[in-house]
Amino acid sequence: MTAAVQEALELDKVESHLHPEGSFDVEAHEVPKGREEIWRFTPLKRLKGIHDSAPFADGATKVEVEAAAGVTVETVAADADVRGTSGLVPTDRVSARAWAASTGATVVRVPTDTVVEGATIIRHQGTGSETAGAGHAVIVAEKFAKATVVLVFEGSAVVADNIEIVVEDGADLTVVSVQDWADDAVHLSTQHAKVGRDATLKHVSVSFGGDVVRHDFSAEYAGPGGSVESLGLYFADEGQHIEHRLFVDHTAPKTKSNVVYKGALQGEKAHAVWIGNVLIRKEAEGIETYEENRNLILTDGAWADSVPNLEIETGEIEGAGHASAIGRFDDEQLFYLQSRGISETEAKRLVVHGFFNDLIRHIGVPELEEKLTSTVEAELAKNINTLITKDNA
Amino acid sequence: MSTLEIKDLQVSVETEDGPKEILKGVTLTINSGETHAIMGPNGSGKSTLAYSIAGHPKYSITGGTVTLDGEDVLEMSVDERAKAGLFLAMQYPVEVPGVSVANFLRTAKTALDGEAPKLRTWVKDVNGAMNKMHLDPSFSQRSVNEGFSGGEKKRHEIAQLDILDPAFALLDEIDSGLDIDALKVVSDGINDFRAREAKSVLLITHYTRILRYVKPDRVHVFVAGRIAESGGPELAEELEANGYEKYTTAGV
Repeated sequence: MTAAVQEALELDKVESHLHPEGSFDVEAHEVPKGREEIWRFTPLKRLKGIHDSAPFADGATKVEVEAAAGVTVETVAADADVRGTSGLVPTDRVSARAWAASTGATVVRVPTDTVVEGATIIRHQGTGSETAGAGHAVIVAEKFAKATVVLVFEGSAVVADNIEIVVEDGADLTVVSVQDWADDAVHLSTQHAKVGRDATLKHVSVSFGGDVVRHDFSAEYAGPGGSVESLGLYFADEGQHIEHRLFVDHTAPKTKSNVVYKGALQGEKAHAVWIGNVLIRKEAEGIETYEENRNLILTDGAWADSVPNLEIETGEIEGAGHASAIGRFDDEQLFYLQSRGISETEAKRLVVHGFFNDLIRHIGVPELEEKLTSTVEAELAKNINTLITKDNA
Repeated sequence: MSTLEIKDLQVSVETEDGPKEILKGVTLTINSGETHAIMGPNGSGKSTLAYSIAGHPKYSITGGTVTLDGEDVLEMSVDERAKAGLFLAMQYPVEVPGVSVANFLRTAKTALDGEAPKLRTWVKDVNGAMNKMHLDPSFSQRSVNEGFSGGEKKRHEIAQLDILDPAFALLDEIDSGLDIDALKVVSDGINDFRAREAKSVLLITHYTRILRYVKPDRVHVFVAGRIAESGGPELAEELEANGYEKYTTAGV
């Protein structure tokens, strides 16, 4: 790295609500009351106390690893040096508590120059334990490595975790986090990525199941030329709370970020929250960022909040934009399809299928595509009765 | 057989200033095998006629009847009308992102026939229809109407007419925005359809241009929500020469 670049990376302190001071000290984070900006959408009463002082223990989930050839997966002690290498510093109490409570960490490592075929899958199966679990994982793609890592969460559990992602210079990493929990699960995940010079990260969050699922994904850049694509897909059912909070911190010049989250909501009190924060620092000249969130409300009684925030400290950028939409079915689309003989229910199914289809194809993990498409279909099928009732209303 | 009978049809839309009457009593019978052209100036209500027959929810029927071979069309849902044999080619076909043309056509054909089309002949039929409309076979993999040019959208409508094979086609300004080559391709498609047995067409247009290629049996001049005059193909020629002025000034 040249001296000039090195200098450019000496970051000034930013006075920004988008960039709270983190701390590893649990007591530095007050117990949230629900009025705090970062907690105002989250149903604290349903968090089983993990935001306060509920105990953590091992055994909330069973972990199974299917490592692709060339990828190493190991469990290390909690005091291993690899923890913290992504630059993750907890900015809320749940993340700080999970950090303090986790008794070890799963480390996924893709060695330098290794191009891996196929996905490495880490499956977390909830055991139904009453006691919450605290997880920690570090995913490292070393220089010029290329790989896909999929985290799957299933079953019943209460989990708080920190997932660290380190993409070294020139590496190309895809990380997919699939929350396919049972209806009673609670999952608060803090995922943070450090993206190296000319490195590429595709981060995908897919949320279907769970009572409360909240995912905070943030990314920073360790050098110029890095690129982050952050994709999300969610389907909130009756009574479900699914929240995604994104923060892309453009800490280096010539970096890129593209955030696209799409969700469908159906049923009484289905609630989706999307907060998309982007900070373009003074040093981040020549960057390009775009963020987009689209919500499709399928039935009455569902509610979506969508808040994009963009803070720009330099005007010397290539582009910055955002879009946010919450809508119902488009009458013109439905009319067009129905005028070809397709029933209203089937027309709605096609529109939702199409709504997600582009995004699913874009994830680029063949192992997942079919599964995601069929899960979307299954979610729709749950509600087909409601849709039919609406047809006849 | 498909005879469409429209009797004293009155239609209004909701506006900010309350309901506004657009069709003020339209009576028209199109017998099986006939092609009728409806011509009229902008805002005369000719598109409203097409959308009302197809069942667009924006339009309220305030009076009159529409029957297809004696069946009450106005009682039917939009998809039931399609199943009864009606097809509406739209002036501005709607984009359906993420749904491929192939998936859309197959879903529609299955809905109309009550069973999935035979795989063996289906692909051939679809490719044939695309080919006739000068659309590349890869077109089937694109999302419905998304990113299509104006001409591609219209040719895609006619390809659907070919594949879905309704009894009665309502073509709403299918010729607008087409260059002469595309107009000929689209007209050929309409004529192919008309050559099939007992197919009826209601062709709505602003210009006489398309009528050089698609010869109507009857021509109706539509002004201010009513048919102002009806005649044979010669009426189109007269409109070509004199425009709508005679009707619009007389109507005021």
